[in-house]
Amino acid sequence: MSSTLSEGEASLEVVPLRHWGRLGGALVTLVGVAMLIHTVFSKIPSRTGQVACHVVNATKSCHPVMEWRFSWNTVGSYLFDPLVMNGLWLTLQITFWAMLIGITLGLVIAMMRLSHNRLMTGISWFYTWFFRGTPVYIQILFWFAISYLYPTLSVGVPFGSWAFLHINSVTLFTPLIAGITALGLNEAAYFSEIARAGLISVDEGQIEAATSIGMTPSQTMRMVILPQAMRVIIPPTGNEVISMLKTTSLVASIGVIELTGAVDEISASNFKTVPLLLVACVWYLLCTTILSVGQFYVERYYARGSLRTQPPTPIQRLRGDLGALGTRFRRRSPVVSR
Amino acid sequence: MSDTMVEARGVTKAYGALQVLKGLDLEVRKGEVTCLIGPSGSGKSTFLRCINHLEQHDSGVLRVDGELVGYELRNHKLYERSAKQICQQRANIGMVFQRFNLFQHLNVLENITIGQEKVKGTNEAAAQQRARELLARVGLESKEKSYPVQLSGGQQQRVAIARALAMEPKLMLFDEPTSALDPELVGEVLDVMRDLARSGMTMIVVTHEMGFAREVANSVYFLDQGVIEESGEPEQVLGDPRSPRLRSFLSKVL
Ligand SMILES: Nc1ncnc2c1ncn2[C@@H]1O[C@H](COP(=O)(O)OP(=O)(O)O)[C@@H](O)[C@H]1O
Ligand SMILES: [Mg+2]
Repeated sequence: MSSTLSEGEASLEVVPLRHWGRLGGALVTLVGVAMLIHTVFSKIPSRTGQVACHVVNATKSCHPVMEWRFSWNTVGSYLFDPLVMNGLWLTLQITFWAMLIGITLGLVIAMMRLSHNRLMTGISWFYTWFFRGTPVYIQILFWFAISYLYPTLSVGVPFGSWAFLHINSVTLFTPLIAGITALGLNEAAYFSEIARAGLISVDEGQIEAATSIGMTPSQTMRMVILPQAMRVIIPPTGNEVISMLKTTSLVASIGVIELTGAVDEISASNFKTVPLLLVACVWYLLCTTILSVGQFYVERYYARGSLRTQPPTPIQRLRGDLGALGTRFRRRSPVVSR
Repeated sequence: MSDTMVEARGVTKAYGALQVLKGLDLEVRKGEVTCLIGPSGSGKSTFLRCINHLEQHDSGVLRVDGELVGYELRNHKLYERSAKQICQQRANIGMVFQRFNLFQHLNVLENITIGQEKVKGTNEAAAQQRARELLARVGLESKEKSYPVQLSGGQQQRVAIARALAMEPKLMLFDEPTSALDPELVGEVLDVMRDLARSGMTMIVVTHEMGFAREVANSVYFLDQGVIEESGEPEQVLGDPRSPRLRSFLSKVL
């Protein structure tokens, strides 16, 4: 037998191995998912026992009124309720400001942690230890109660009694501000660890090179280290933003009517608890979906220079798949092209 | 005006208990190429890093173009220079590293313009023009949009040389510029360095390429265990070494 292919053998068709087990598993899963979707969008007899009766040919027949298992019609009617809309807007604002505080402060804490100054590393270590070590719910309640501990905040001589600026804590720390402060300071503790991992992931040679062309430490940080650290920082930060979006619901407990607070308030008066929770879920899911898509593109931007070729975007991949399918189809049926 | 570019007298440097440089003397004249050879761990990199103040030496005198590195002599006292002044000093000294250290997130052109724009304040158009001239000089005109990962080691090192040259340095330091390269890529980098030497650049080159040292260097210094064991013209130092240590070192690298 010859090991080289003859003229005829070179054009032989390749038959891929069929993975029957894999195919079976996929089918079972598909049926399961289909059943689940069916129950979610199915109708059941009215839970209040409502019946509808008609008279046909002088005989009265009654049957229970059917309604959506998940009360989708109620969900639909409250989806754009003004109270829900205001709550959603407030949720987005709290998320934004808390993340802004968390990222800015977290970056400072990470840099302090990496500095050569023992006092700085000590302070940043303590900060992370404290804020990561206590429940964020309690921290929110604590900031809400701050005016009880510090009725006025003053700016003046340290430890002295003279001050030129007095602020009344009650007016400054409204529930909203207290909530944002608590979430932001808590986030800073987590983000500082993410930022630290990013900063130390950048090769020391990059710092040497930047220094050798005369960049100051601050320029080196802004123009060389941070842009490269972003590649490591972005994915877990996307996680943090999504997590924050949902954690904001905790500030409902101190009377801020954000999304969860809003649906709570409505269901407290009409007792349609489940559909209103679904209203909130729909909005949370929509927001996290948009954030995930945004994260994909931000990650892609900061990955430039780290891979020889950029991975395709989902749209490019879809186009590629369709193209490949087209070629396969054309190849399988050469008759068509004739 | 003196014609000395680098002057080192009794330079010492220790890392904790480890005395790396033990009183090092060296002189490099303007326009000359000096090769620094020696076994691994003898302190060659440490010395180069002291010259542009990436490391601070402990004692001794280190002058570049007549100015003390990192200090200023006034009223018989050494005043430590401000961070800003030290950065300015460094911008005048180019450095090329064994592992290239190109900025990974910037393309080739940006790697060469960033220092000009951010440190020297050159405007973007002028910086780009100079970058293109330098890329032509190192034979990489077609690569300005590439990212470092997309280049071979030899190409990366040539970009690194262009990046250093963009700052218009009066002195270039090379720390084993070809040691991380595949053998067939060494030549292209040495060619660029040879060209640079011919153009009159003052260079200190740490290298194991004895052929290059013989051909290009005006003087060769052999550093061993933190001191200059032997120095002189390349023919003499490499061809007829006196110190037994140098002789045994050369027999290993040749
Ligand atoms: N930052 C540092 N901290 C501690 N020891 C170091 C440091 N840098 C270099 N050394 C030590 O100093 C010695 C000289 O190193 P180096 O100058 O890199 O040698 P060479 O470049 O000649 O191989 C080595 O023993 C090395 O381990
Ligand atoms: Mg070295």
